Amino acid sequence: MPSTHINIRYVAKLARIALTDEEVERFGRELGDLLGHVNAISELDTASIPATAQVVKSRNVEREDTIGPCLDRAASLAMAPQAEGVYFRVPRIIAEES
Amino acid sequence: MALIEQSAASTARAVNARQLSAREVTQATLQRVDVADVRLGAYLTRLDDLALETAARVDERIAAGEQLPLAGVPLAVKDNMCLLQTRTTCGSKILGDWIAPYTATAVQRMLDAGAIPIGKANLDEFAMGSSCENSALGVTRNPFDLQRVPGGSSGGSAAAVASFQAAIGLGSDTGGSIREPGAFCGVIGFKPTYGRVSRYGLIAFASSLDQIGPLARSVEDAALAYDAIAGWDPMDSTSVQRPLEPSANALREDLRGTRIGIVKEFATEKLGADSDALYKRAYAELERLGATLVEVSLPTADYGLATYYLIAPAECSSNLARFDGVRYGLRVEGADVGEMYEATRAAGFGPEVKRRILIGTYALSSGYYDAYYVQAQKARTLIAGDFERAFERCDLIACPAASSPAFTFNAKSDPYSMYMMDYYTIPMSLAGLPALSLPCGTVEIEGAANPLPMGLQLCAPLFCERALLGAAHAYEHATRHASSHKLALELQE
Repeated sequence: MPSTHINIRYVAKLARIALTDEEVERFGRELGDLLGHVNAISELDTASIPATAQVVKSRNVEREDTIGPCLDRAASLAMAPQAEGVYFRVPRIIAEES
Repeated sequence: MALIEQSAASTARAVNARQLSAREVTQATLQRVDVADVRLGAYLTRLDDLALETAARVDERIAAGEQLPLAGVPLAVKDNMCLLQTRTTCGSKILGDWIAPYTATAVQRMLDAGAIPIGKANLDEFAMGSSCENSALGVTRNPFDLQRVPGGSSGGSAAAVASFQAAIGLGSDTGGSIREPGAFCGVIGFKPTYGRVSRYGLIAFASSLDQIGPLARSVEDAALAYDAIAGWDPMDSTSVQRPLEPSANALREDLRGTRIGIVKEFATEKLGADSDALYKRAYAELERLGATLVEVSLPTADYGLATYYLIAPAECSSNLARFDGVRYGLRVEGADVGEMYEATRAAGFGPEVKRRILIGTYALSSGYYDAYYVQAQKARTLIAGDFERAFERCDLIACPAASSPAFTFNAKSDPYSMYMMDYYTIPMSLAGLPALSLPCGTVEIEGAANPLPMGLQLCAPLFCERALLGAAHAYEHATRHASSHKLALELQE
């Protein structure tokens, strides 16, 4: 089983959360403690045990491909931090050609 | 009896019989909120105008000849459920000003049945916590002792119901978030089978575990609310399509012929002498009512906490990725889109949410996925199997609902000690089983303002809600522990 040390800065980058130095220290310690507890599951012999994603058995759920009522565009855009016309507005994601 | 003290069942009966109007009940409840909630903080948002408008419509429907199962019943809605045109915050700064553009199915079904939305109730941020202390938007206090927490995460709904600011509270339970606050506040907290109640409009925390259910002051009221909200919903593909019989007519007066399993691994001696004696009395009472007690074993249940604290954070890290400052909620600008995401989530999420996103991201990351996430899913299979074997020998399982009575604010500064509060509720969540907590007496704690309520947990096989509620009613009827609510009322006078 892996150790109880987590590279918090790397994980925070994956999770898209900026952390302060104080948070890096605090979460590193707290999550290390937590891993110390959850590592107990490695004791279980699960070689022949299937994984459970959810307990109530359900197959793929399908429906007729028909158009029904849905949230209208104005309502969808109304609570956006920034919207422009019929779009959500975000910072530039494609660099300008130099 | 004052209007606000009436059960949901008797309120609905009186309103349907036109002996009482929904408007009168609503006005009395809003006056109660005026007095009580200054001290308790159960609600994050009051819905006075909507409540009075809804009451007027209910009175019109009754006048037109309709009969509604929850006519005029005051309702607290946990603030992770959408209600059209009302603020829905999840107790988080990231959704602090968000107005829901639609209504959750469970909430809509309560309204269709005649319930009156009094307010949106406080919760631990994104339903992550066991005390309500993780709310970024308000403090909720326990009606039995204002220096103590109401439990969580559905602490606002539990406190509102216990203090007569609503007759029914809607809560959500992922690892115990209905049952533990129910126990702390001396009310019924009922988590149905996973998939019984639509999650459409419930802001997702851990999708394979989240389930909506009622908090109420009596089993009959919990059954009425459950009957209103349960059933398949095309908007939630995990909601189950199977026959549903009303549970309100399954309530029993005795337990003759019922085999109740007492879990060997959940010996109550470790909870201290008072709690141990209390649970032993509760088990003896079940036996006196005609039940046969049998010892059952859940050998993997002790791994429940470890399993849960991998699966739930993993699912939350995925679900909460949507809060990125683009489509809704808070945005903090950055130099580019990546910095905008990082700054938004840094400012919007509180410490417990960050903690769980980080642990979940780690458990799902390359190199750790099999050792943590997949291993936890396999442990989940083992835990569900334990229950299947136990239910070959019994019809229901009885055990504690929480590891202690309500504790004081800031008493659990170490995250793991807070997680331990859900030791007895998490295994049932992992197995998807219906379970409820109901008052089973009080314990005296030095320094507490009043004796503090304790919860007995009952658990049934998948989809056996009727048997569960039926047995809970027999216990409640015989013991009358629910009368302790009187105290929660007087506390505020």
